[in-house]
Amino acid sequence: MKIEETKLLHTDVLIIGGGTAGCYGALTLRKHSDLSIMIAEKAHIKRSGCLAAGVNALNAYIVEGRTADDYVNYQLKDANCIVREDLAITMCEGLNRVTAELEKLGLVILKNPDGTYVARGNRNIKINGENIKPILADAVASLDNVTIINRLVITDYIVENNTILGAVGFHIDTGIAYEIRAKYVIIATGGASGLYRPNNPGFSRHKMWYSPFNTGAGYAMGIRHGAEMTTFEMRFIALRCKDTIAPTGTIAQGVGALQVNSRGEVYETKYGITTSERVYGTVKENIDGHGPCYLETTNISDEQNSDLLKAYLNMAPSQTLRWIENGTGPKAENVEIEGTEPYIVGGHTASGYWVDTNRETTIKNLYAAGDVAGGCPQKYVTGALVEGEIAALAIIEKEKHLGTHINSHEHLQNLALQDEYNQYLLSPGEPKPRFSVYDLEEAMQKVMDTYAGGISTMYQYTTKQLEKAEQEISRIEELVTQVKVEAVRELVFVYELKERLTVCHVLIAHLLGRKETRWHTFGEFLDYPESSDAGLHYVNSKLVDGRIQVLERPLVKRGERYEHSYS
Amino acid sequence: MSIAIHKDKCIGCKRCSIVCPGSLIVIDDDKKARIAYPRDCWGCVSCVKECPVSAIDFYLGADMGGRGSTMTVSSEDSYLHWHIQKYDGTTQTITIDRRESNQY
Repeated sequence: MKIEETKLLHTDVLIIGGGTAGCYGALTLRKHSDLSIMIAEKAHIKRSGCLAAGVNALNAYIVEGRTADDYVNYQLKDANCIVREDLAITMCEGLNRVTAELEKLGLVILKNPDGTYVARGNRNIKINGENIKPILADAVASLDNVTIINRLVITDYIVENNTILGAVGFHIDTGIAYEIRAKYVIIATGGASGLYRPNNPGFSRHKMWYSPFNTGAGYAMGIRHGAEMTTFEMRFIALRCKDTIAPTGTIAQGVGALQVNSRGEVYETKYGITTSERVYGTVKENIDGHGPCYLETTNISDEQNSDLLKAYLNMAPSQTLRWIENGTGPKAENVEIEGTEPYIVGGHTASGYWVDTNRETTIKNLYAAGDVAGGCPQKYVTGALVEGEIAALAIIEKEKHLGTHINSHEHLQNLALQDEYNQYLLSPGEPKPRFSVYDLEEAMQKVMDTYAGGISTMYQYTTKQLEKAEQEISRIEELVTQVKVEAVRELVFVYELKERLTVCHVLIAHLLGRKETRWHTFGEFLDYPESSDAGLHYVNSKLVDGRIQVLERPLVKRGERYEHSYS
Repeated sequence: MSIAIHKDKCIGCKRCSIVCPGSLIVIDDDKKARIAYPRDCWGCVSCVKECPVSAIDFYLGADMGGRGSTMTVSSEDSYLHWHIQKYDGTTQTITIDRRESNQY
């Protein structure tokens, strides 16, 4: 099957990715403007993005007695100072507003008798989030003048004179190519998983922390068009329940379980409890021969045991199945933990587009929200919603001033689009190529694991290894040109691989660019095992004449607003 | 980690195929659903919840410590019933009221 038709569509605002941030961007745009909106979603918005299985807490909320500034201080501590404070504070100021909105839409939040939300620690509130994504999706589907195109895979932006004019893609089911012209684009495609060899590399290869369907599309499209990126070297490595890769926060924060080694010694006090230190301690204890490591749960009550089985069903049901299948549970045995492979994800660490305070990228009229946007870690669900809101409000404001701006080519401009896609589709009778997408994906993951600080090297790397990684990723990238697949459905896999390889190049450049070890495990640079004040800047990058240029940018502090200076 | 779709129970409503966040489920010529890429399953169980006739179960791969037990889900008003069929033949059901929050 080949792609034989291209459709031209027009909209005021194109939202690429109908996940957490994208959906909230649409809700905000419709609430405050009459701009036409189109959402291009790779899957179906009902369960797409990071929230497919649900969540059981909102991890970013300003609880009673705390302030937005307290949350920013937490972000700064956890990210060891590499935070855009303008982005952090503007996000924090919106956290409680979007939470109230979610509750209005139908999200169940646990309350005290006086009507306030029940806090879980200093920043979290407890919810039933099993159906959080259907709640958001239903709200978006009920809006007027919003076109949702499900199963439309966006593969490239249309950019002229550093200004976004829309995007192109293809539809998984119909095999029709699309050229979508838009005045503004919000990119909300999430982060990138699958760069490194995962914890379960075989049959359960996709049983990973982050959505395996978030493949760095947004990053890759921006990188290719010269958008500036920031802090890719702050990789995210999650501390998870072993094998099921289910969350540990529910146990650590929910029932106060401590991290213990195989001798029963509490080790978290030895290494610290920032996000990266919790992983680092676990890695070190294993190296020192004190593994396996656990969360100590055997001291919980029967009621807590039963509640935990339910809590996991609302977000990671495989963990509950695992307990029941083995006839155990958290009360019967401690929960074994491990670090995951590294991810690039701007909702947890600070990797992503370099945006101004309004979340506009360095490509004009292209806004980034959620995991794809950099500079602002610990966004989690509510922070992603706020960024969707900020981007939407900024677009509305800009449109008021630039209302006459027109981008309405009547005819298709991208005439080579079908050829671009069809080069990867087998013709009838054509032999299958030697290497499959899976082969190359596995090869990429092996390279990153071995030479760019994956699980097998305890997240450590050297300059020489990173240089080798860059060579090998380039080799694999050349092989992609020979790949061909039988169905349009599988064309998605080709583009996902290409996206990941582009992200790998930039990631390697960033790892080389930060000559220190600022966050143990997230970046464990053996040539520079310490951190110093010389590292108190952002490591940014952009593609110039086909080469990745690494830049240093000074820290943006609270009270400042950051605006791009286009040169 | 993956799912199995039981053709004998499938009524061809396509809801699983629509909702899968990885677009991994296809509808065959016999109008029945099939997971075309079982190794690509994230284990989010969206399809399991969506199926109106409990024709889809999920299980843990052997590499995740699985022993062959399966899980299906049925909905009734605001309740989700999680049915576990254990490998030793025993069964267990956990019911969750969507109107009630998690405690942790």
